[in-house]
Amino acid sequence: MADTSTSSSGFSPAGFGIGGAKIECRGINVRYHDKVAIEDISIKIQDKSVTALIGPSGCGKSTFLRCLNRMNDTIEGAVVDGEIIMDGENINSPDLDPVTLRSKVGMVFQKPNPFPKSVYDNIAYGPRIHGLAGSKAELDQIVEVSLQKAGLWDEVKDRLSAIGTSLSGGQQQRLCIARAIAISPEIILMDEPCSALDPIATARIEELIDDLRLRYCIIIVTHSMQQAARVSQRTAFFNMGELVEFGDTEMIFTNPAQQRTQDYITGRFG
Amino acid sequence: MAGPQHIVSAYSEELESLSADILRMGGLAEAMIRDASRAVVTRDAQLAELVIERDREMDQLETEVERQAVRMLALRQPMAADLRNVIGAIKLAGGIERIGDLAKNIARRSLAVVDEDNREALKGIERMGQAVSRMLQVALDAYARRDPVTAIGVLKQDDDIDSRYNALLRSMLVYMAEAPEQMSARSNFLFIVKNLERIGDHCTNIAKVVHFIATGEQIGDTTPSAPASNTKEAQS
Repeated sequence: MADTSTSSSGFSPAGFGIGGAKIECRGINVRYHDKVAIEDISIKIQDKSVTALIGPSGCGKSTFLRCLNRMNDTIEGAVVDGEIIMDGENINSPDLDPVTLRSKVGMVFQKPNPFPKSVYDNIAYGPRIHGLAGSKAELDQIVEVSLQKAGLWDEVKDRLSAIGTSLSGGQQQRLCIARAIAISPEIILMDEPCSALDPIATARIEELIDDLRLRYCIIIVTHSMQQAARVSQRTAFFNMGELVEFGDTEMIFTNPAQQRTQDYITGRFG
Repeated sequence: MAGPQHIVSAYSEELESLSADILRMGGLAEAMIRDASRAVVTRDAQLAELVIERDREMDQLETEVERQAVRMLALRQPMAADLRNVIGAIKLAGGIERIGDLAKNIARRSLAVVDEDNREALKGIERMGQAVSRMLQVALDAYARRDPVTAIGVLKQDDDIDSRYNALLRSMLVYMAEAPEQMSARSNFLFIVKNLERIGDHCTNIAKVVHFIATGEQIGDTTPSAPASNTKEAQS
């Protein structure tokens, strides 16, 4: 229960019990060349729940998200230190293969980015390269189940050979979620997954997130405060590379402990 | 209101205007209580009519606050302290409007008071009216400053109102028993005293809402306690 590992003044120990801590970050720092992007972030993220990361542009929330699947490795000049313990293992350890890590940690991006291939192949791609299916029948099964979990099956079952990019924006995003689910991840990272979608497509994705959280540990970066309030159980507020406050979503949006959180979520000058 | 201004300045203005309307309603209610209990003592029919007249303004203000609050919920999607301010305004407007109704009811009954003999009971009513009006004043002061400590102070005053109520009730019952043939006319006093006590309960609720607005913490039991028998009467 006690979070002795944190250095953030706003860290609340409340909210445990949704699932155990899936990810524990201790003293994460990220620099891009000489510029500090995030500083000394310590946070415990629970399994089977949605954690929202909010904050103004450039606050470090996406940088933090990218730490969780080591996407910062691919950025020239990025230096990450600190420990990220996922199921007891430090993912920043040099022994760990990022490819293995990414099969466990799926990611969905702001702009839907299906491969320029068929709907079927978009989903089948990951399971194929990770060798998750032993036969064509098994692969078919994975494709169907993934599309069902993403709430897209009924809309595309008759056109699995259509090219992924021919779907609507909302469908493309759900296709990307299905693609992420297909490799049986445990954690799904979402970086503003609805910012390019209309309100109806957004509502579908939110409904989907609510459903997925029963099986996955979901971390979502969003600029929509209402969305964070609707979909997440826990919310972390970042500002200028610092974790200002982390706690139960309900408390963050009704009665935040920190003045800076209050000013941000109510739309005031900081 | 405390804290920095909103990036959208119209939003800050709307919140301020909402607060101003609540305070205007509160000021009106204070005056209505004072004048209604004064009218009972002085048998001033004109003053009583004035109180009855003011209730219309009160109802209009309540409608306006609700309209503003609904609009803000729809257009601004307020969060945190702003959300508490908007929700709180709706609750406060409802409570203050009820106080206005009760004061109007007292004013109406003052017109039916026939007996001038019982000066002491009448003085008691006026004093209770002043005490209740003061209680509301303090609650509104707590609201204006978003001060939870002052709000809690209001809760404590309710005991004083209740003991005044019990003492007045006892003396009224004796007074009524003295002249059974005047029972009907004198029973007006009972309802007047009861209405003042109900106003005290509403002040307690207002203080609780103010505490919630200021801190985000709710204090339990938000329903004013009242015996079922007189509630309907008081609402007329």
